[in-house]
Amino acid sequence: MQVRVQTEPFDAGAELNAFTAATSGAGAVVSFSGIVRDVDGGLQEMEIEHYPGMTEKAIAKITEEAVTRWSLVDALVIHRHGTLHVGTPIMMVATAAPHRVDAFAAAEFLMDYLKSRAPFWKKELTASGADWVAARDEDEDALRRW
Amino acid sequence: MIDVMYFAWVRERIGVPSERIETSAPTVAALVDELKAREERYAAAFEDVSALRVALDQELTDFDASLEGVREVAFFPPMTGG
Repeated sequence: MQVRVQTEPFDAGAELNAFTAATSGAGAVVSFSGIVRDVDGGLQEMEIEHYPGMTEKAIAKITEEAVTRWSLVDALVIHRHGTLHVGTPIMMVATAAPHRVDAFAAAEFLMDYLKSRAPFWKKELTASGADWVAARDEDEDALRRW
Repeated sequence: MIDVMYFAWVRERIGVPSERIETSAPTVAALVDELKAREERYAAAFEDVSALRVALDQELTDFDASLEGVREVAFFPPMTGG
């Protein structure tokens, strides 16, 4: 299990290849990457603030739960903070399991929990100013299915 | 003494990322009432606590949680990771 919280960009393809190569006994690897999306009016940049210490602990706890619940062979979470630009990766998760059903479910679980339970806050900067991204009710509701 | 931290728009409204506070508030809610009574910027930040989340020693909890033995309190809006 690997959890990385960093400011630097990363190469999701290279990370996935390295993760897969290091995984033995898995028949399925699922990955998800989140990318900085443009917004109406044009996104100049995205600022992601986080809570150092709590962030790492919260992600480790969520990841450990996923590994146990779906008997994962391995899991990877990378999440950036700081200043990000359109089209660059924000975060990725990868899960490795004997079978695909568990790898998919664990990746979705990780994503749902990272959205609403990992202490990150996004701020979008456009020509009209800077705005904190509001949490969506659907994201909170998504946790109930687990 | 307790370390109080603020993140995102809560930090911007209060104007500092963290501060050390002398308090005998028994619960988070009581600490919030103390802070609100201090200055307008706190009253503005804590106007609607249903829009806020709180962590004690880096674990999410509720506003009625006890502060006994707690070293670090953090207030922030709902998280927007992922």
